[in-house]
Amino acid sequence: MGRVPLCDDEKWRTCRYQHMMAKVARAPTTADAFNAVAEGSRRALLDALGTGEATVGDLADRLGLTQPQVSKHLAVLREVGLVSVRVDGRRRWHRVNGLALQPVYEWVRGFESTWNARLDRLDDVLVELQAKEKLT
Amino acid sequence: MSNTIGNRHGSAVVTLPSDNEILITRQFDAPAELVFDAWTTPELVKRWWAGDRGVVTEAQIDLRIGGRWRWAMTANGGFEVVFSGEYREIDRPHRLVRTEVFELFPDAEAVGTLTFQESNGVTTLRILARYATHEHRDAAIASGMEGGLQTSLNELEELVRQAA
Repeated sequence: MGRVPLCDDEKWRTCRYQHMMAKVARAPTTADAFNAVAEGSRRALLDALGTGEATVGDLADRLGLTQPQVSKHLAVLREVGLVSVRVDGRRRWHRVNGLALQPVYEWVRGFESTWNARLDRLDDVLVELQAKEKLT
Repeated sequence: MSNTIGNRHGSAVVTLPSDNEILITRQFDAPAELVFDAWTTPELVKRWWAGDRGVVTEAQIDLRIGGRWRWAMTANGGFEVVFSGEYREIDRPHRLVRTEVFELFPDAEAVGTLTFQESNGVTTLRILARYATHEHRDAAIASGMEGGLQTSLNELEELVRQAA
């Protein structure tokens, strides 16, 4: 028997949809970049770190969060390699590691490629229509 | 005048402005009226909507508030891709709001807001799709990606066949 249950005729659309959702739900785990960037505050932290290294205190001030909140989110980002830490005396500097975002980027790029194919064709149609207008 | 086909090819940019949205941005060297019409005229939609990924088989457009649209294509892999929805706002050539659903996943309806902003003969098209949930948004990206992957594999197959 196959592992994927067959979709009967009546409910095949819903069934296909559930398969898709199951696939999507499987992808993000607590230990990957997808989950890490799914949370708004963590994206704000990555944005803030994009301008340079910062301490927990700096980040809390800039984002209007408490230090424990910032520490909690940074721990998730560090776990998946999105953020690394440099210790300098008593200060701990956090920095962003863009390469760890590659899987997220790749995921969106497939969708982008589909839309590029479509809009490139639209571009060609528009050029043709304008060329025709000039002739008449 | 020189042929400008291809100058902006591959320049569409996809971003995820929030947990439940997808934003696609692309510029065209054409007036906003023309770009707007290309989205609202069946004969024109038929010429571009499938891109290089298949053939458009249906482009129904009832362009009035509450009017339905339904676009279908047969993808190169042989499967049907159908999107449909309803027009909510029509403001030619500035703005078009419509609901949209990928008929294979009818629960994941989105509200699509298209804006056409012309400046010095260049029209910036923004397509903002807002889904009810984060999961639906992610499913939409995943299904779009599968279409793209399918095409890449087909192209690869073609290349291999030619080389053989």
